[in-house]
Amino acid sequence: MAGPATRGLLATALPLIGKRIASGALTLLLVSLVVFFIAQLLPGDAAQEMLGQAATADAVAALREKFGLDRPAPERYVRWLVGMLTGDPGYSLVANMAVADVIAARLPNSLLLAALSALVSVPVALTIGILSAMHRDTRLDRGLNVATLSMVALPEFLVATVAVLIFSVQLRWLPSIALIPADASPWLVLRSLAMPILSLSVIVIAQMARMTRAAIIQQLNQPYVEMALLKGIKPARVVLTHVLPNAIGPIVNAMVLSLSYLLGGAIIVETIFNYPGLASLMVNAVTSRDMPLLQACAMIFCTAYLLLALVADTAAILANPRLRNR
Amino acid sequence: MKNAIRSWVKALSGSGRVGLSLVMLWLFLAVFGPFLAPYDPGAFVAHDVFAGFTAAHPLGSDYLGRDVLSRLLSGARYSVGLALAAALVASTTGTALALVTAVSPRWVDEGISRFVDTLISIPSKILSLVLVAVVGSSLPLLLLVASITYFPGAFRIARSLAVNLAQMDYVQVARCRGEGAVHIALREILPNMIHPMLADFGLRFVFIVLLLSGLSFLGLGVQPPDADLGSLVRENISGLGEAAPAILMPAIAIATLTVGVNLLIDSLPGRGRRIAGKE
Amino acid sequence: MQTHVEVRGLNVVAGGTTIVADVGFSIPRGGVLALIGESGSGKTTIAMALMGYARLGCRIAGGSVRVGDTDVLSLDEDGLAALRGDRVSYIAQSAAASFNPSRRIMDQVVEPAVNHGRMDRAAAETKAVALFRSLALPDPESIGERYPHQLSGGQLQRLMAAMALITGPELVILDEPTTALDVTTQIEVLRAFKQAVREQGATAVYVSHDLAVVAQMADAIVVLNKGRIRENGSAVQVLQQPEDEYTRTLMAAARPERVAVEAPKGAAAPLLEIKGLNAGYAATPILRDINLTIVRGATLGVIGESGSGKSTLARVIAGLLPPTSGSVNFDGARLPPALSMRNKEQFRRIQLVFQNADTALNPAHSVGDIIGRPLTFYHGLKGAAATRRVAELLDLIKLPASLADRACGGLSGGQKQRINLARALAAKPDLIMCDEVTSALDTVVGAAILDLLAELKRELGLAYLFISHDIATVRAIADDIMVLYAGTQVETGRRQGYEGVARHPYTDLLIGSVPELRPGWLEEQGARPAPPAIGQPKDGADLCRFLPRCSWRVCGTCEEFTPPRHLTPGGNIILCHRPEGASEGAS
Repeated sequence: MAGPATRGLLATALPLIGKRIASGALTLLLVSLVVFFIAQLLPGDAAQEMLGQAATADAVAALREKFGLDRPAPERYVRWLVGMLTGDPGYSLVANMAVADVIAARLPNSLLLAALSALVSVPVALTIGILSAMHRDTRLDRGLNVATLSMVALPEFLVATVAVLIFSVQLRWLPSIALIPADASPWLVLRSLAMPILSLSVIVIAQMARMTRAAIIQQLNQPYVEMALLKGIKPARVVLTHVLPNAIGPIVNAMVLSLSYLLGGAIIVETIFNYPGLASLMVNAVTSRDMPLLQACAMIFCTAYLLLALVADTAAILANPRLRNR
Repeated sequence: MKNAIRSWVKALSGSGRVGLSLVMLWLFLAVFGPFLAPYDPGAFVAHDVFAGFTAAHPLGSDYLGRDVLSRLLSGARYSVGLALAAALVASTTGTALALVTAVSPRWVDEGISRFVDTLISIPSKILSLVLVAVVGSSLPLLLLVASITYFPGAFRIARSLAVNLAQMDYVQVARCRGEGAVHIALREILPNMIHPMLADFGLRFVFIVLLLSGLSFLGLGVQPPDADLGSLVRENISGLGEAAPAILMPAIAIATLTVGVNLLIDSLPGRGRRIAGKE
Repeated sequence: MQTHVEVRGLNVVAGGTTIVADVGFSIPRGGVLALIGESGSGKTTIAMALMGYARLGCRIAGGSVRVGDTDVLSLDEDGLAALRGDRVSYIAQSAAASFNPSRRIMDQVVEPAVNHGRMDRAAAETKAVALFRSLALPDPESIGERYPHQLSGGQLQRLMAAMALITGPELVILDEPTTALDVTTQIEVLRAFKQAVREQGATAVYVSHDLAVVAQMADAIVVLNKGRIRENGSAVQVLQQPEDEYTRTLMAAARPERVAVEAPKGAAAPLLEIKGLNAGYAATPILRDINLTIVRGATLGVIGESGSGKSTLARVIAGLLPPTSGSVNFDGARLPPALSMRNKEQFRRIQLVFQNADTALNPAHSVGDIIGRPLTFYHGLKGAAATRRVAELLDLIKLPASLADRACGGLSGGQKQRINLARALAAKPDLIMCDEVTSALDTVVGAAILDLLAELKRELGLAYLFISHDIATVRAIADDIMVLYAGTQVETGRRQGYEGVARHPYTDLLIGSVPELRPGWLEEQGARPAPPAIGQPKDGADLCRFLPRCSWRVCGTCEEFTPPRHLTPGGNIILCHRPEGASEGAS
């Protein structure tokens, strides 16, 4: 029973995590079915779309055959799925190049933006969350509550346009368009990314801070906190040594899930700043009805979301003392 | 009844009352906005494009010289009405499905939950983009897209409420009495879900306002000649460099609506709990 | 003797209402004072005020608290932190919730000593182990390495005592420290507490609602009601010659008198008959081989500690959990195992009343709706006829008819429990199963419910299956008593059969563990003899469940064979290898 904690951890946590991975994989498979199914609802197909209304029936049929569009839906689904898994999600007729190449040019930009925004927002959100939980029901807490409550409800384009108005129109500090030349210095990259990062951070910070506060307050209401205070331990120390170890699971969960927003949720921010990321690519795919590209983008975002959810659940499993030390 | 409303308002915090006033204002504008508009929202009435605040045009003029206030007042109907309808569909569907799972055999619950979990794993904006790409952007279809995108969240909350309530002793008592599934779902479980689901309805409304105005901002939402508040921001985006009110005012308008709802929900007395009394 | 703790004119307010009003008392050095009262009496609030602590939303509004030379209420935050857990320490009601789930026991036990700079970590651990030993904890050397969820409630409660005593405090506050424990565990914990506090020479404040427990622990008793002191005197005086009317009410309710008349004896046809019943969930059987009979108008009391399966029994009879084997006959006919196979008449004749009226009454319905539903459902009563019947039922349970329009939210615990009962009565049942119906209530309120049950039985000829963990309550109402231990029926018989000495060893332990309402009882009990040594229990055999704790076990028999059923001289049937059970007999 009382073996080394690590052995107990592996023995009890691994099957749970394994189960979680399997369930995530199943969900991803179902998601791919849903995405494929929705795409099938589109009247007409890419061949028709590309050649236009005036095209002859023969020309359309030939193009269909070339891209396998004449095959039955289940076969196309399997082909598409295998293609996705092997890194070949198809051919974009609109861009006239492989979807993989289109995405490869954009994905690093999205990841860079998300990573930098996370770097800014996580520490700020943690500080706000812990601060308002510790000063629960004081003026500070109420003020922060109204502030974060309002921030989560702001439309992204308001945040972004106000940022542009202040920093590039009025103060002329920052460029309003986040185009990065290939040979840009890190400083220049940072400067041109500053406003997208700022806009994204404002939105996720509020969300994360609120969830952090809720996680800590839930623990503060537990009897063991009162007990610690009655043992003569000072409040700041109680939070540090008693509350945080118990709140870490929910907090990591909150962080990770908010971060998933930085990938898929950046659509409007990327569009406003003309940032060449994956999300604005997806908007273009919608406008041009480029279904192979759209499906591939959707699957990337869903996979990213499920991976992050997996990280969050794993953290929760590992942070749970009942699982950690059976 | 009157007293009940009065004491309900009294129980709100200061920020809650601000929220309530904003919500009431927007509901009013959604209904009567077009009648209050000083000009025809489609008419070119100003001498100048992207004009600032003047007596004749309190919120300035847009990129074609139309009156921003008039366009805003007629756009409110789309933003508020469409989102309200979609939130209603999403919440009702979610609650109804949750009740079904609470009183059905395990496999029904597992089937429905698995399906909804799949939809929830597709980030809401991504799902709505894929849907819009396929079905298009007419008003009924936008309503459908927003409902499909946000009913899974409502279901998840309603299900966790319903599953907990189904374990309550009073539900066990009803089962021992021999009551059928319909009575248990509608009379024993549902009444105790109403308050938290109303709060969730408010949040869902905010999400949908933001989603639809975001889609319109991207040109994928409400299509011309109709225009919701998000469309107004989009069509005036070229005025950004001039800091024109035409671009800021509609965005701020949306913010007052969504922030208002949030403030109201947050200060609801006994949020997530039942309020004593039978009114 | 020298006064050690002195409280004067203490006032505590919550929002606009005063919850503790003008309370004052003093305790001599080394004395044990009990604060006794029902819920809402302010006893915990006063105990916390001794540490200068008020819960969120409460505020100490006036008065003074002196501990030794320290004026506690004038201390600042740092001063209070230095006092708490060092000179004054606290033992909370629920140890399971009061230990941090993610830290080892030892880290938490030594924390006060190390935090206040009393000793270094190594010295503190040595002292902790010594305390574990004196508190009779198992494996004192290694128990500190465990986490809270790996230990039982009784062990955690004693570990919390170790945590409170490690700094050698001058004042220890014990807040209902045994209320969450089973009665057989309580006696051991009480004994350990008493000895440990005495060894330390500490002054103690013991907060409780249970007069009998207090009688064992305290030198002096303060009786509280609604935040005010009703009586303050020595333990002997308060217990033997209570001056205050309220104290007398408490005393009367603490040990309920027999309330029920005897059930008609004779060969009445059995109403409920259960044979060879097993029930549980796939891998974990909960009930094993249960046999019982209830005749019309009789009461069967079912007694057992938490986890004994007594609530499961009621759920099985009600149809919520179909049994895995065995038969349940009702009025001569076989009762279908699952809810879905029963008809309305079968539902109507058996009614289940749950322990906690707060969760058993739907907060969305009015009192009239709740009582009226069975009337409509079973008897088709509607409109004025239903309203009239609801009023009659409310009258029957001694509540005003005007309550019908109210929601249950604002009612008191006792009122809710009566409505809970009225709903069952509305069905006009033959059998009511009462699952711990008085346990969640204050003693006085619970006693009134018990009276009501007896009266209803007399007037309506009801039969009860009365489930409780409290043997005194069961004795007050039951005609027959069945004792459950870990899902097995260890003893069954007439109520009178339990008064003899020959009874099942577990029944013996259970009855012997209930404190009596007089000082000195605990000392007279002496510790139970340790269970005699036995061999390795035989694998796969269906052995006695009580074997590990049994002081009467027989080496060579109990660990080898399945126990048989015996008839005792008192007429009870016991499941034990010894026909004479726990009494000294010729064996």
